[in-house]
Amino acid sequence: MTSGNGAARAPMLEIENLHVSVAGKPILCGIDLVVNPGEVHAIMGPNGSGKSTLAHVLAGREGYEVTAGTVRYLGRDMLALEPEERAREGLFLGFQYPIEIPGVAGVNFLKAAVNAVRVHRGEGELDAIDFLKLARAKAKLLEIDEALLKRPLNVGFSGGEKKRNEIFQMVLLDPRLAVLDETDSGLDVDALRVVAGGVNALRGPERSVVLITHYQRLLDYIVPDVVHILAGGRIVKSGGKDLALEVEDQGYATLASGTAA
Amino acid sequence: MAASVDTAKTVGALGADEYKYGFVTDIEAVAAPKGLDESTVAFISKQKGEPAWMLDWRLKAYRHWLTMTEPDWAKVGYPPIDYQDAYYFSAPKKAGDGPQSLDEVDPELLRTYEKLGIPLREQEVLAGVAVDAVFDSVSVATTFKGKLADMGVIFCPISEAIREHPDLVRRYLGSVVPYSDNFFATLNSAVFTDGSFVYVPKGVRCPMELSTYFRINAANTGQFERTLIIADEGSYVSYLEGCTAPMRDENQLHAAVVELITHDDAEIKYSTVQNWYPGDKDGKGGIYNFVTKRGACRGRNSKISWTQVETGSAITWKYPSYILEGDGSVGEFHSVAITNNRQQADTGTKMIHIGKNTRSTIIAKGISAGRAQNTYRGLVKALPGANGARNYTQCDSLLLGDRCGAHTVPYIEVKNRSARVEHEATTSKISDDQLFYCRQRGLSAEDAVSMIVNGFCKQVLQKLPMEFAVEAQKLVGISLEGSVG
Repeated sequence: MTSGNGAARAPMLEIENLHVSVAGKPILCGIDLVVNPGEVHAIMGPNGSGKSTLAHVLAGREGYEVTAGTVRYLGRDMLALEPEERAREGLFLGFQYPIEIPGVAGVNFLKAAVNAVRVHRGEGELDAIDFLKLARAKAKLLEIDEALLKRPLNVGFSGGEKKRNEIFQMVLLDPRLAVLDETDSGLDVDALRVVAGGVNALRGPERSVVLITHYQRLLDYIVPDVVHILAGGRIVKSGGKDLALEVEDQGYATLASGTAA
Repeated sequence: MAASVDTAKTVGALGADEYKYGFVTDIEAVAAPKGLDESTVAFISKQKGEPAWMLDWRLKAYRHWLTMTEPDWAKVGYPPIDYQDAYYFSAPKKAGDGPQSLDEVDPELLRTYEKLGIPLREQEVLAGVAVDAVFDSVSVATTFKGKLADMGVIFCPISEAIREHPDLVRRYLGSVVPYSDNFFATLNSAVFTDGSFVYVPKGVRCPMELSTYFRINAANTGQFERTLIIADEGSYVSYLEGCTAPMRDENQLHAAVVELITHDDAEIKYSTVQNWYPGDKDGKGGIYNFVTKRGACRGRNSKISWTQVETGSAITWKYPSYILEGDGSVGEFHSVAITNNRQQADTGTKMIHIGKNTRSTIIAKGISAGRAQNTYRGLVKALPGANGARNYTQCDSLLLGDRCGAHTVPYIEVKNRSARVEHEATTSKISDDQLFYCRQRGLSAEDAVSMIVNGFCKQVLQKLPMEFAVEAQKLVGISLEGSVG
C-alpha cells in the first residue's frame, strides 16, 4: 500500500482485521486498510462483496456487528463513537440511496446539520442569512437549482438530483473523510462530471476520500491514489489507478480468484 | 358519534395509586366539603355571588347529571372515577403560599421552561412563585384592558360576566353546549368555578390576540373551566388558550366547556396549546382532560377556526366541533395531538353542515411514541338542507417505535346530494433509515425526531399565532424526549 505523505503523520483511517456480521452472517472477513490524509482511495468489487457494509460500519449504522478488528479515525477508536459524533468529527457518508424526509425542507435540514458540526468545532452557529449565502454559493458550484433546496429533503427528487444533493451536502459540511457509496450509480455523464467536480474540489492535503464504486467510469473523473478490489469480504488486491482498468478488461472474477493481497 | 363501537380498552397500564396527583391537596378555609350534592352546587354559586337564575341552571344540570352514565365509547382506558371523592370548590391560593423563589421550584420544570425560552419573569409566575405584584406584564395587562374597553370588547372572568353582563350570559350560555349535552359537560354546568367571557361588538376587530396577557393570567383557572365567546356581526377575535409551559396541577379530572358563537360575517380564531402533566413514563399520575368544545356559526358567512396542539394530559378526550348553521359559513379544524409513554388521546372534531354552501376543512396530525394510543375520531355530517356543502378532511398519523398505536375513526353522514365530502388518511413511521441519515449528518437522534415531527405538523403549527408557533415547535421536540435512542 502506498503512502503519499511522511510516516510521521497519523493516518486518517486505519482499519485492522475488521470482521463484520449482519444477522449472524459474516460479510466482512478481515479488512485491512490505511488511508492517509490527502489520499483518495477507490474500493471496487462485485455486487455482494461487502462494499456497502464497509461504508455503513464506518458511519455507525445499527445492525452491523463487529466481531473482530479495529477501526481508528485520526488515531481514535471510531467504533466507540455514536454516528452523530463521527459526523461531527468530520466523517461524511454519501448514501447510495439517499433517504427521503417529508416535511423537512432541505435548506432547514442542512442548516441544522452544518450548525451541529460548527458547534462541535467551537465555531458558533450560522444564522439563516449567512447560511443561505453559503448554501447559494455551493449550490451554484454543483449546478443545483435553488428551488430544490426549499423542497422536502430528497422527496420526489430524481436519482441524479439525489446524488448531486448528497455531494452538495458534503461540500457544505466540509468533512475530513468522505466515504461515497456508489455515488456514481444511475448518473448520466453530465451529472457524473458535476459530482466529480464537487469531489475534486474537496481534495486537499488535510482531507481524504474513499470512493466505493462498481464501475471504473467514475475514476476517469476522480483519479484515485490507490485502488482496492474487494471480494468475498476481503481486499484481494490493491494497486495504483491502473488496477481499475484491469478490472474493466478482465472482470472481477479473474481478479478475485488471483492471489489475495 | 354516540353509538361508537370502538370501545377497545387499554386498562392495566395505569397503576393503583392513580390518584397521587389527584385530590390530595390541603384545602384551606374556604372550601366545600368533599363530595358532590345539591348543597355543593349551591355553595359554589353562593361563593361566586351569583343570581338565582344561575343557581337554577346549575341545579337543573346537576339533577340531569344524576340520570346520566359516563361515556365509554372512546378508545381510552382508566380506572373508574369516584365523583364523591373529589373537592369541587376551593378558594384560590393566596400569594405567599407558593415557593418564595425559583430556587425552590422543581429543577426539571425550570429546565423545560428554559428550553422553551420563557423569560425569567414569566417562569416565576408559571411556577407559582410569589412575585411582587408590580411587574411589567401586569401593567401591560392593564393597558390592554383599557384599550379593549374603549372598543367595547368585554373580556373578563365568566363569574364577573354573570354578575355584570347577565343579559349576554343568559342569552348565550348553554346555547351551543346545552346543560344536558353529555356527562362531562353536564357536570361542568353544575359545578364550573371560572373561565373566560369574551364579547366583541358589531363591526369591531379585536385589536390584539387575547393571549398576550392570558398566558400569564390563565394559571389556576381551575378544574371545571367554562368559556363563552361571542363575536357579533362583522367582528373578529383571536383567542389563545393555554400555555406551552408545563402546568403542574393537583386536580386530576379536568372537564371544561367552551362555547363559541359567531353572527353574520364574524370570525373567531381559537387556538389551544395544552401541555398539562401527562403522568410519568409508566403512566402514573397525569391529568384526565375531558373537554367539550363547540362553536356555532349562526350568521351568514361567519367563520370559526379551532387550532389545537395537544401534547399533555394522561388522557385527552376532546372533539372541538362546529355547527355550520349560517349559509356560507366556514369551519376550519387544525390539530396536532402528540402522545408519548402511556398517554392516551381520543380526539378529533365534528362538522355539522346545516346551511347552504357551508365549507369545512379538517387537518389532523396524530403522533404516537412509547406505548401511547392516539385516536382520531371525526364526524362530518351534511343535513338535507346543506346544498353545496363541502368538506375536505386530511388525517395523518406518525408512529415512533413499535409499541404505540394510531387509530382513525372517521364517520361521514351525507343527506344532501349536492354535498361533497373528501377524506384522505395516511399512516407513516419515522424509520431507522431516516434517523440514521440525520445522525450521519451530525444531528442527535432527538433533534432528528423533533425536526421530522415538526415537518409533519408544519401545516398545523403555522396556523398558530406567530409567537406561540415558535414555542410550539420547541414543545413538539420536548414532548417526544426519550422516545428514541
